Amino acid sequence: MSRIAERFQQLAGQGRKALVPYMVAGDPSLELTVPLMHALVDAGADILELGVPFSDPMSEGPTIQLAHERALANGARLRDALDMVREFRQRDADTPVLLMGYANPVERMGYAAFADAASAAGVDALLTVDIPPEEVAQVNAELRRVGMDNIFLIAPTTPDERMALIASQASGFIYYVAVKGVTGAGNLDTADVADHLARIREHTGLPLAVGFGIKDAASAAAIATVADGVVVGSALVQRVADAAAEGADNSGLLARAGELVAEIRRGIDATPS
Amino acid sequence: MTSEIDFGTVPDAEGRFGAYGGKFVAETLMSALAELESLYRKLSADPAFQRELDEDLRHYVGRPSPLYEARRWSDEIGGARIHLKREDLNHTGAHKVNNTIGQALLAKHMGKTRVIAETGAGQHGVATATIAARLGLECHVFMGEEDVRRQALNVYRMKLLGAEVIPVTSGSKTLKDAMNEAMRDWVTHVDDTFYIIGTVAGPHPYPELVRDFQCVIGREAREQCLAQIGCLPDALVACVGGGSNAIGLFHPFLKDEGVAMYGVEAGGRGVDTHEHAAPLTAGSPGVLHGNRTYLMQDDNGQIMHTHSISAGLDYPGVGPEHAWLKDIGRVNYVVATDDEALAAFHTLTRVEGIMPALESSHALAYAAKLAAGMRPDQHIVVNLSGRGDKDIHTVAEIDGIQF
Repeated sequence: MSRIAERFQQLAGQGRKALVPYMVAGDPSLELTVPLMHALVDAGADILELGVPFSDPMSEGPTIQLAHERALANGARLRDALDMVREFRQRDADTPVLLMGYANPVERMGYAAFADAASAAGVDALLTVDIPPEEVAQVNAELRRVGMDNIFLIAPTTPDERMALIASQASGFIYYVAVKGVTGAGNLDTADVADHLARIREHTGLPLAVGFGIKDAASAAAIATVADGVVVGSALVQRVADAAAEGADNSGLLARAGELVAEIRRGIDATPS
Repeated sequence: MTSEIDFGTVPDAEGRFGAYGGKFVAETLMSALAELESLYRKLSADPAFQRELDEDLRHYVGRPSPLYEARRWSDEIGGARIHLKREDLNHTGAHKVNNTIGQALLAKHMGKTRVIAETGAGQHGVATATIAARLGLECHVFMGEEDVRRQALNVYRMKLLGAEVIPVTSGSKTLKDAMNEAMRDWVTHVDDTFYIIGTVAGPHPYPELVRDFQCVIGREAREQCLAQIGCLPDALVACVGGGSNAIGLFHPFLKDEGVAMYGVEAGGRGVDTHEHAAPLTAGSPGVLHGNRTYLMQDDNGQIMHTHSISAGLDYPGVGPEHAWLKDIGRVNYVVATDDEALAAFHTLTRVEGIMPALESSHALAYAAKLAAGMRPDQHIVVNLSGRGDKDIHTVAEIDGIQF
């Protein structure tokens, strides 16, 4: 069983929902990413989603675009993200880590080389925004070879027959994009999300995590009533950026990020499931 | 080798041109692309749609565009005869309108009320704003901040036409970033918005449908060559940024084995300097903006900054069909530098009284070299894809002139 499947099973046994924070590798600095990963786990994160910096992050809103630009300016690339996971694994063998990013850095490294390097580093899964099931055969073959999961997105615009197609290619969990838009968008509608999740569950037994538009404990708690996991990206990236802009030192940055995750953790856990 | 290839069968059902093309986009857009594809299949086989399009091309765009023999320029060079396909004479001043008319009709048939576009030089933005004005559609044009500065005249034209021009400040602030921002807008407003992509790139079916709309250039040129010269040309030359004017000229000639083809990329300050926009000449395959194609990228798969004197060629990718045509060897991809393009701009202006766009000037620069090595009984068709009025500020700035 993969580390991700195991984690969801464990949470389900406890009647809890997964909290999945997102950060970009190398933001706000190269040396702070690994401490940040540990701090988020300490604050209550169940699974970590590490963004791979890319020059053209087409699905990101302004907050995460800027994080990609900062990370690139700091010199962070796919190889560095892998190094960070390797370093993280020295102290944490249990928390699943998935890489989220865009096709080209992975394509450039080569799918086989990527799969080998990522699994050796301790990465559990890959989520590429711009590789839909129609284009995924090659990369999926390599990920399966090394026992990594491939996390797919399902969107509000995905019709039922595509849900089935995506479910047939996915493993680990499925990520439901709660809004039509880019990361950090607003207007989250819990009833609408619930409706979509129910439809997706007709096609898969995989856990369903929800992201895009979850910004605080209240919105996370609302989504946790219907989903198996909650992804928090822009709000966390913004929190760290604000702290940096206010001149916080490294321990201050970690504390501020940890506070947000702990707050959201309490919100989710207070929700009757 | 290429005689065995059926050029009519690409792309395949998945939108692939050999190893290139495809649909590399976020899940939110996949249904919209499927809807577009099925509507396009239906309408492209519908004689009424074709009639509507042909009428517009004739009476609104002013087609057919002339094929003009540049006699004085050809005489000066002393080699092959050079014929200019005058896309600069189209309404709005470039080939871009052939495609925007077609896509706007698709938008109308889909019931979309809002269109968006990316633009580099501003020609595609102007062509989109023009059609949007005519059809009463809300129009938003994304344009890199750097290009807004370089192409102030076109920005004002778009505003006069009722479009909102949104300066893009992310990344390198040029065409690729404008395309990123247009994709972000599309994903956010996918229900009521049609994305009018300006070139033969992007996710399937865009490379195919933009090609189909631009093929009017090559179909006309082929007939005009037979009627005016009495034979097919020996060579075709067109500039390649995304590559829509080039594919439009080349595609109807692909089966004509005796016709050599040259796609001219932006050599910028030289392909050995990294300051260029020549992915086919000096790039490598990768995935960007919905398709697999040749890209200007580094060893880590990050997209590199590009440079060209012409905003319309300042793009790190290229249409996937060009990537395929390069690999199978049917089209030769070459470069012209900023300086060569600028020299060709001045030459054509003075010798023929035709002021070409800086994009098209790249094709002219290469054509002059090519012609010089050919015989006077041979013929070259150059796609004069746009007029140069929009570039007067750029050229004046280089000459140290302030208005």
